[in-house]
Amino acid sequence: MSLLSVENLDITFGRRRIPAVRGVSFSLDAGERLGLIGESGSGKSVTALAVMGLLPENAHVSGSVAFKGREVVGASDKVLSDLRGDEMTMVFQEPMTALDPTMTAGRQVAEVVRLHAGADPGAARQRVLDILAEVGLPDPARAADAYPHELSGGQRQRIMMAMALVNRPDLVICDEPTTALDVTVQARVLALLDEELDAAGAACLFISHDLAVVSQVCDQVMVMWRGEIVETGSVAQVLGDPQHGYTRGLVATARLDLARPGSRLPVVEDYWTGGGRP
Amino acid sequence: MKKLSLVVGIVLVSIVVAMALVSLVWTPFDPTRVVPAEALQKPSRRHIMGTDGFGIDIFSRILAGSRIVMLVGVIAVGIAAVLGTPLGMFAGMVKGWSGTLVQRATDILFAFPALLLAILLAAAVGGSTTTGMVAIGIATIPVFARLARAGTLQVMSQDYVLAARSAGTPWLSVARRHVWPNIAPLIGVQASVSFGMAILAEASLSYLGLATPPTVPTWGRMLFDAQKFLFNAPNLTVWPALAIALAVLGFNVLGDGLRDHLDPRLREVS
Repeated sequence: MSLLSVENLDITFGRRRIPAVRGVSFSLDAGERLGLIGESGSGKSVTALAVMGLLPENAHVSGSVAFKGREVVGASDKVLSDLRGDEMTMVFQEPMTALDPTMTAGRQVAEVVRLHAGADPGAARQRVLDILAEVGLPDPARAADAYPHELSGGQRQRIMMAMALVNRPDLVICDEPTTALDVTVQARVLALLDEELDAAGAACLFISHDLAVVSQVCDQVMVMWRGEIVETGSVAQVLGDPQHGYTRGLVATARLDLARPGSRLPVVEDYWTGGGRP
Repeated sequence: MKKLSLVVGIVLVSIVVAMALVSLVWTPFDPTRVVPAEALQKPSRRHIMGTDGFGIDIFSRILAGSRIVMLVGVIAVGIAAVLGTPLGMFAGMVKGWSGTLVQRATDILFAFPALLLAILLAAAVGGSTTTGMVAIGIATIPVFARLARAGTLQVMSQDYVLAARSAGTPWLSVARRHVWPNIAPLIGVQASVSFGMAILAEASLSYLGLATPPTVPTWGRMLFDAQKFLFNAPNLTVWPALAIALAVLGFNVLGDGLRDHLDPRLREVS
């Protein structure tokens, strides 16, 4: 049995039932890493939130999301709260806004420990310092007592990763975790994520629009376009020999080294117009 | 100067608080003792603000009146903040009919002015300091509920709430640990401003004889007693009016100062 199995997931929003995700199916085994790429608005993040059961109330979900054989769609908040943060966790895109400005970083991490392990404050504190050291913060005690505005973007993203990894989850969903970081910090954070996922033996659903980033972290990759999955396969296969027109366009536009200096940069539509776009 | 309003507010509010505390243990004369022989005296060394139509020392009455001011302010704002804030947080966090119901209910309550509510209450159960405080408190609930709802909606749209939810935080803990600390400064500022409004409302009610009974010294009642002598002894009107104006000004300015001090967005631009 796979760790996560999504079948025929359909998500629409609002009274007018505007579709966001259409007939998405995929599965993820323990320890497996799956990249999900696509442009803005293609339904990547909505899919991730559906897996966590965190969609806003105006979303209508049909289909099935089974985590360890348990159904997530329609499950009670109580059941989901026990799973979230403990067995499945999430790293968000924007480290600047994903930490509460009124709480020290250490307390926010400790909160995740306390919610699930019920540890006493002393033990929780030690656990927090350990994980902060593990995610590569040079002075864990200082970072733990700092408020988010006192930390840099890279440090905050490490705190977010500490929150996601502290309870040794089985599934970590990363929603464009490095988009807000500059390239050098991005490389370091990705290497760390790679290491930590291995150490925890956690599976990962990695959402990005950056093909290079996905190929660095993932083995398998799915391409999403307008709410549908248009191509799935290993990273080498999909990026090396794309089958779907949209993927071909995506891969071709990523080769900026082929663009002549001074000329217009290529866009997906130069390679593929099959979507009936204007 | 940027901190000016905060400093002025703190000074004025401190004076009112100090007056109330001093009056508990000492006033120059008994603020309720009628001495007909000393009626309508001009300010002198013996009576620094003079005496009123009953010969009661005005300074003593002003001091004693500040007790009611503090009592009404604390209780009325307490009622409004303690009931209004959770209601507003509820309306901001819970979508669907129950949240809407709370919101509409506060809107209806908002339509009742504090004075009208106090007159209704006084007619129903008799006027007293308690009915005055309760009426002002209830009439102020919507102010806190609306503010708390607006603040809550803003907090709920933040990524850190989604992050907390993704870590398995139940709704109640989100309210306590994330929403409340982030809206608390707003509520604090509103409490100070509402305190000023409560003082004004209580003075109006006492003036109309709808709240505190005439035998207990209050600033509003002093104004009522003074209007008979408005032309031949205007200082009777000036003192309580000045006390009310300065107290209300103090709490309002304190609220403004706190807002400038606490709001990080305003702090950054200046």
